Amino acid sequence: MRLALPLLVVVAGLFMVSLLTGPAEIGVGRSLAALFAGGEDPVALVMREIRLPRALLAVMIGASLGLSGAAMQGYLRNPLAEPGLIGVSGSAALGAVLAIQTGLAATFALGLPLAALAGALGGVLLVMALAGPRGTSLTLILGGIAVSSLAGALTALVLNLSPNPFAASEIVFWMMGSLADRSMTHVWLALPLMVVGFGLLAGLGRGLDALTLGEDAAQAMGIDMGRLRLMLVIGTACVVGAGTAVAGAIGFVGLVVPHLLRPLVGAHPGRLLWASALGGAAMVLLADIAVRVILPERDLKLGVLTALVGAPLFLHLILRLRRERI
Amino acid sequence: MSLVSVSDLGVRLGARAVFSDVTFEIGAGEVVGLIGPNGAGKTTLMRAVLGLLPFEGSSSLAAMPAAERARLAAWMPQAREIAWPVSVETVVMLGRVPHLGTLQRPGGEDRARVAAALERMELSEMRARPATQLSGGEQARVLIARALAQDTPLLIADEPIAGLDPAHQISTMQSFAALAEAGKSVLVSMHDLGLAVRHCTRLVLLGEGRLIADGPPGEVLTPARLARVFGISAWYQVTEEGPVYQPLDVLR
Repeated sequence: MRLALPLLVVVAGLFMVSLLTGPAEIGVGRSLAALFAGGEDPVALVMREIRLPRALLAVMIGASLGLSGAAMQGYLRNPLAEPGLIGVSGSAALGAVLAIQTGLAATFALGLPLAALAGALGGVLLVMALAGPRGTSLTLILGGIAVSSLAGALTALVLNLSPNPFAASEIVFWMMGSLADRSMTHVWLALPLMVVGFGLLAGLGRGLDALTLGEDAAQAMGIDMGRLRLMLVIGTACVVGAGTAVAGAIGFVGLVVPHLLRPLVGAHPGRLLWASALGGAAMVLLADIAVRVILPERDLKLGVLTALVGAPLFLHLILRLRRERI
Repeated sequence: MSLVSVSDLGVRLGARAVFSDVTFEIGAGEVVGLIGPNGAGKTTLMRAVLGLLPFEGSSSLAAMPAAERARLAAWMPQAREIAWPVSVETVVMLGRVPHLGTLQRPGGEDRARVAAALERMELSEMRARPATQLSGGEQARVLIARALAQDTPLLIADEPIAGLDPAHQISTMQSFAALAEAGKSVLVSMHDLGLAVRHCTRLVLLGEGRLIADGPPGEVLTPARLARVFGISAWYQVTEEGPVYQPLDVLR
């Protein structure tokens, strides 16, 4: 694969840059040495407790968004699909918002991510119940839209009735998505779910390839559509639910990355899966470096930056698509 | 030896019975044309035979596990869907999916089958072009090639020649005849009765919610049946050039 190596190099390079970026001015050699050396040296603490989890989460969440975005687009055969479509990120956000509002998030450290995971689980169960066992891709989209809007409405209701302006502003900032001040605990919380999700989504390649010819043809080629859809929904719920739980909502990555990489893999839906995982990791690493470099004093939120960069990029892609179709 | 046997097959959409009590078998070496007016249930019948929708009665294909069925019967749906701008060769290679293990990559035999299918459908020249940029008729040929590459004893194709130019309509029907000579069979739905009479070994006429007739073309398409089912008259003659069949007029 001619694309795999350059993408891997880019991800590895950005990972290093991410480790070396931060308010504490530490030299390259010193910081890398501190990462591997033991001890209670403050530099080692900064590297291992602050920057390493941040860089790791950027890779994990980026890969999650890229992979699930490519899988969702492949399944729905629609380049405008994105992982949030099935309502997982919306319902995870609702769980997190409830945790902040009720004070659960303040009482213990993992209160917020665990509540977000519970919200994601509730959302995905509702989507699967709505979409039904024999449903098509259309029923899945409709179920996802229903759950997304319900979760959005309930989130707005919580904000609306919030008696505490501090909680309200915390909710608003949390929903913008960020990787700042995350610890290795967050990494260990998200990792098992993401590994399960990666496993499920990575196994979809052949089925998504066959789906190029439509659901009927794929089914007649021996692809079990019910199983494929279940793997897609559960896999997406695992990776996006875990990602949203630890970092909030980060938009546009799952939409834009598969789009950018599709021409480079000959539009192969199967090959696009791993390419988008690497591409997503690179994009989130890059964005997370950028928020620290552009406005180091102001805590620019990651989700805000990905949306700011993603939206114009997406417009550009649409314009290019229009030119090609004419 | 029968490749597929269907008995008392019926499909309901909501309260309406599309058709019921359809019974037939397809043996080796046949080109079976499935004909009938719009809405008679040709597509529904083919999908039910494959087990792609709920039905009453029995179909030997639908009873099989999906993976096994995919090695026995290839299906070309009427909707010519190619979702992504993948190359023509990639689309045709999808026909090999049922023959590959989960992590197995296509091997020499798969490539040979794909090359043969491309050659058969006169697509070798455009194998590297994005399939979505081809014309409708060319896309139909790509999808026929895809079904041929699946290399199954039975090919079920839903109006494969609709939208093709006359030369490719004839050559596609001749490809089906060649498959039949090699001991395989084809079930093909179509509206062009002239081509059906010339190239099918057998016709199955579907209409009025049931199977009306099943037999050699000349026996199935009697003037009385044509008038009743299609509401047309036609001219039919076995000539030195083979059977010629020309629909003439609308009767009602």
